[in-house]
Amino acid sequence: MKTSRWLRFAIVCAAMVLAFASVAQAAVSGKLEIFSWWAGDEGPALEALIDKYEKMYPGVKVVNSTVTGGAGVHAKAVLKTRLLGGDPPDTFQVHAGQELIGTWVVADRMEDLTELYEQEGWHKVFPAGLVKLLSTDKGIWSVPVNIHRSNVMFFIPDNLSKWGVGVPATWEEFLKIAPDLKAKGVVPLSVAENWTQTHLWESVALSVLGPDKWEKLWNGELSWKSPEVIKAWEMFGDILEYTNADASSLSWQQATDMVVKGQAAFNIMGDWAAGYMTTTLKLKPGTGFGWAASPGTNGIFMMLSDSFGLPVGCPNRGNAIAWLKMLGSRDGQDTFNPLKGSISARTDSDLSKYDAYLQSAANDWRSNKIVGSLAHGVTANERFMNDFATVMEIFLQTKNANAAANAAEAVAIQAGIGR
Amino acid sequence: MVSTATRTVRGMQSRRDRVAAILIILPSIVLLAIFVYGFIGQTLKVSLTDWGREAALALHPEISYVGLKNYHELFTGFLNMRFRQDLANMFFFTLAFVGLSLFVGLVLATLIDQLVWGETFFRTVFLYPMSLSLVVTGTVWRWLLQPRGGINVLPTLVGLPAGEFLWLSSREQRLIFDWSHVLYYICIIVLVVMAFMAYGHHRRGERQQFRTKAVISAVLIGILVIGVAGGITLLDYPEEHGFNKAIWGVVMAAVWQMSGYTMALYLAGLRTISDELREAARVDGAGKFQIYRYVDLPLLKPITVSAVVILGHIALKIFDLIFAMAGPDHVPTSVPAITMFLKTFRGNEFAVGSSIGIILLILVSLLIIPYLANSFKTGEQ
Repeated sequence: MKTSRWLRFAIVCAAMVLAFASVAQAAVSGKLEIFSWWAGDEGPALEALIDKYEKMYPGVKVVNSTVTGGAGVHAKAVLKTRLLGGDPPDTFQVHAGQELIGTWVVADRMEDLTELYEQEGWHKVFPAGLVKLLSTDKGIWSVPVNIHRSNVMFFIPDNLSKWGVGVPATWEEFLKIAPDLKAKGVVPLSVAENWTQTHLWESVALSVLGPDKWEKLWNGELSWKSPEVIKAWEMFGDILEYTNADASSLSWQQATDMVVKGQAAFNIMGDWAAGYMTTTLKLKPGTGFGWAASPGTNGIFMMLSDSFGLPVGCPNRGNAIAWLKMLGSRDGQDTFNPLKGSISARTDSDLSKYDAYLQSAANDWRSNKIVGSLAHGVTANERFMNDFATVMEIFLQTKNANAAANAAEAVAIQAGIGR
Repeated sequence: MVSTATRTVRGMQSRRDRVAAILIILPSIVLLAIFVYGFIGQTLKVSLTDWGREAALALHPEISYVGLKNYHELFTGFLNMRFRQDLANMFFFTLAFVGLSLFVGLVLATLIDQLVWGETFFRTVFLYPMSLSLVVTGTVWRWLLQPRGGINVLPTLVGLPAGEFLWLSSREQRLIFDWSHVLYYICIIVLVVMAFMAYGHHRRGERQQFRTKAVISAVLIGILVIGVAGGITLLDYPEEHGFNKAIWGVVMAAVWQMSGYTMALYLAGLRTISDELREAARVDGAGKFQIYRYVDLPLLKPITVSAVVILGHIALKIFDLIFAMAGPDHVPTSVPAITMFLKTFRGNEFAVGSSIGIILLILVSLLIIPYLANSFKTGEQ
């Protein structure tokens, strides 16, 4: 009896030593599989991060699994089949916010990172508004690598002065100058395929509702059928009157091209458009192209972010945590973002590494009120986003604000928004 | 004694052959049973549940049986109007794609058949598009159909004004119908087809088949009368769907890809028609056109039937071409397969996605099973 107890004790001890050894070993050697949809333009930024990681942990072999195309639609499908099949990668790219929470956190597939945040002191350097969007009452769920701004209006300053118009500060002002531009044969506002219309919608809705009501829309305190939201749809309909008819067959780059070529006056796009104009079209920020917060949203930063989390049961947990630590560090963020054309989520980043547009965005990030984007997965879960494309279609087909509001309300109920 | 021995040997041989045959096909039967029929069963099972509420991707998601609710929602739910427009798009796309592919294929085959030289060259040229993947075709045609470039600027080469048609993004609709009365339209379409077939049987004196078709037609008329009288509608409100003009762009690309294939089918068919038949017709005084009309075309009918089945099931399942040409959220050209993909893998509504999959399977079966049954029957005869 006694011997058997001793034996058991010895076995437990041995198991603990083994487990500890394997954890310790995992942190310095083995593999790390990173799953993302970053190839093409964003490829070099990810490569830079991987290089940095491999230098810090030479024993670890990084496996870079990318599934390209469709703005992540394909990658997300592959990721879902992998997790359902019990084969999670060590860490994966996901839009920060409800796209992560509504799909993976509610399914108990993610590990809480609160401890990591405290250990690394990230609460001090990430704005509280950001951390709130990444969290539920049960924890913090991902580490943001970058920050993009959704509510930006782009234009070419020389063209505007040629046409004799200023940058509208509100949508009412825009609607006043738009007929004039149209009469000159210029498209007042260029838009592209379906998702860019949702992107425009969120800027319009944010200006009509204001940041507080925008937040209430997502925690269920403001009904989709309320007069304010219907007004946002009506405003959106008025604005669409001044957009290009061939929108749905254009990519977002083509909508930006319309502005650059002087065919259109303004374009609302995320700030990756600044990267496109600077890097691909070789325009100088400030003189070659200009920007402002989208009308009526000055002082508000509508953010979206790519982030990485820690899936439950990933094979190389220690390596994945090391990866997350590096992503959240000042150095990691400043390695990735200048190449990606986005800003650091940290308020202490080294601004000298960034270009003029990004510096101005970073200054706004530090001072503005932060809200989340709908079109890019921060405020609503995937089910809502998927069906919101149908709501948008109902509106585009019927131009009926009430019909769209009713449909959105029905989708919000089905998708459990604000529950 | 000797003969008994040979018989036993032969018997053993044939038994051994049979065992060998079974062993050889066994792996494919098992694989088919699991990976095709097993998963069809699995999909059917999922489609009868509510898998896709919150936490759909949990390790052990909470799933309960809801019967035919998903199907009911798809056909009558307010938010599933996209699926219903998809069905309309698929219907019109199938009609236009199959019709045009047959027509273009037949014309090409007839022309090539008349050629004295260069036949192999042209055959290869027209067959070539088929060797491309649909994604490649879709991408190329997406560029060609750009509203500000490609096909629309072609007329400017000869001094005409540039085309203005929005090939893929037009929002104009034709042939608009009210979904709440869709059952009537289906009844009418089936009725017209049945009456037409009944007339054909009657003309050829096939009495029994004529009787079946006539009875079905009569029943349909009855259903229509009772239905109209009873005011059976799917929805409480009118919901308009129709033929989206944007479909033309997709039809063009698909016809470009597949008409070479129908050409090859027809060409093979034309080659099997014996010259004696044509000689006989010529002796009877038939002209070139008459030979084509009364000898060649009737003999090509079985080819047309196979082509309709093959092209039809491609059209019903089409996904990649449209995804590459117009992207995922472009409802004017969307089809059920795209909505199935988005519902399942983007919206996490696995049960709804499965239901759409089963509906597609049923539609394809409606096309293929009569054809298979028919060829089995002819095979036995």
